[in-house]
Amino acid sequence: MTDLATRSIDRTALLPVALRNDFPILSEEVGDHQPLAFLDNAASTQRPRQVIDALSGVYERTYANVHRGIHTLSELSTEQYETARHRVQRLINARQLHEVIFTSGTTASINTVARSWGDANLRAGDEVLLSVMEHHSNLVPWQQTAERTGAVLRHIPLTDDGRLDMEAFERLLTDRTKLVAVTAVSNTLGTINPVAEIIAKAHAAGALVLIDAAQSVPHLAVDVQALDVDFLAFSGHKMLGPSGVGVLYGKEALLDAMPPFLGGGSMINEVKLSSFTPAALPAKFEAGTPPIVPAIGMSAAIDYLQSVGLDAIHRHESELTRYAYDALSQIEGLRILGPAPEHRAGLVSFAFDRIHAHEFAQVLNDQFGVAVRAGHHCTQPLHAHLGIAASTRASFYLYNTLEEVDRLIEGVLAVQRMFAPQGRQRKRRKPDE
Amino acid sequence: MPSEEELYQEHILDHYEDPFHRGHLTSATHAHEDKNPLCGDVVRIELELNDDGKIKNVYFDGQGCVISQASASMLIEEMYGKTVDELKSFSAEDMLALYGPRLTPNRQKCCLLSWKVLQSAVHSPVNETED
Repeated sequence: MTDLATRSIDRTALLPVALRNDFPILSEEVGDHQPLAFLDNAASTQRPRQVIDALSGVYERTYANVHRGIHTLSELSTEQYETARHRVQRLINARQLHEVIFTSGTTASINTVARSWGDANLRAGDEVLLSVMEHHSNLVPWQQTAERTGAVLRHIPLTDDGRLDMEAFERLLTDRTKLVAVTAVSNTLGTINPVAEIIAKAHAAGALVLIDAAQSVPHLAVDVQALDVDFLAFSGHKMLGPSGVGVLYGKEALLDAMPPFLGGGSMINEVKLSSFTPAALPAKFEAGTPPIVPAIGMSAAIDYLQSVGLDAIHRHESELTRYAYDALSQIEGLRILGPAPEHRAGLVSFAFDRIHAHEFAQVLNDQFGVAVRAGHHCTQPLHAHLGIAASTRASFYLYNTLEEVDRLIEGVLAVQRMFAPQGRQRKRRKPDE
Repeated sequence: MPSEEELYQEHILDHYEDPFHRGHLTSATHAHEDKNPLCGDVVRIELELNDDGKIKNVYFDGQGCVISQASASMLIEEMYGKTVDELKSFSAEDMLALYGPRLTPNRQKCCLLSWKVLQSAVHSPVNETED
């Protein structure tokens, strides 16, 4: 254990290390033959054997297109695909099954709302309230919608410690605000936002709310009815499932009133040469062949997460995060982005003034086997606001261990030593002026 | 997979800590700046070109990782005093060879940022692109 970890560890909060055996990839070596410590879970997660088996099981035994044929395999695939919808419904406690729309991911989910609901409901001068900490996928679709509709984008500013400035939020919330679209958990700062309060206040002001739940649904129990949220978007690959599948949850009345976004097969009731009538929910928003196998894999991932328990997962991640935060905060010259551990989910991003994030990611990988993200994490406006070009992010999940956090800390200290100024001089080839 | 000893060779760290012509060129006739959208690394290159097609002087400035900044210094040093034709025929492969250590595709982008900026800079007269 690292000397920098002064705080006592609550080992009862940690999940059993044996759970790692479910994840074949975790026994891989990376870099210079180092055992892998995968701390890039906010970007994407790894899959347990149960999910991998579910995926290959479909391809080996039951695969066909869904909602099409009456042959055996089409019936089997359809049943599995629709079972996946049930699993998602139960996970987020949606009132209706058809309020769960499968998309290709969070980005597609948000774009569906921006294009369909946005184009149909936003007029010039209407306001959409976002925040400075949003991922590009919850900024750019609204910039595009604003361009088409003349709607105005406003942004909730941040407090000095990287939380939403709720007083400013209330000031920005007016009768012009038609939609508030914010993230539940910042993928860069780790901040857990007070979404229940945001939703209640937005509704009181007559605005709808879209929550980007890409970083929350995989880690925290989310109940869409208790929250009374209007739209919720998340991805399968950030919760032990495959890439290529995500979910758009929307309240039935809203989805019913929205025009279809993508046109094509499945989303129709009847097609004539010059017109069509749309299908009912959820098919209306699932044009083309849907992400059949990824959705079935996501369903297996949900089963796995629920067998461990989302509350237990959250406790585990909180303990690792507190441990990492305490150790990192004692390293001189290191700036941790975002709030204190009690306001944050399972990730820590940091920056050094002298040493670029790439050096951390490279050396951590090569010498310590630690996979972290280096860059702007798709939050360029947030990095600009923080006055930095890039940061290094370690993000945790249920399979990470204290020992892996120790290797992260050791690696950070090693990078600091390695790139300390040493009065080096370049060999002169040409006369300097 | 290259090891750190290969990736961060001594002469590369030397260029990082003691760069060639880092700064600005008041007599610049050409300049260009770009960033690597993946990581936010920035390089700006300012050139003074002669009427006879020679690079009379060249400076760079920027912000980013060791590879992006050291490679910029190495490139500027290499190109100083060369002709524009020589600059244009200096390929991406030449740049990677000049840098030395074998790089993974994502790190190649860091190394090639200054090369891309330089190739654009010779086509970007200062009075047209600036202000």
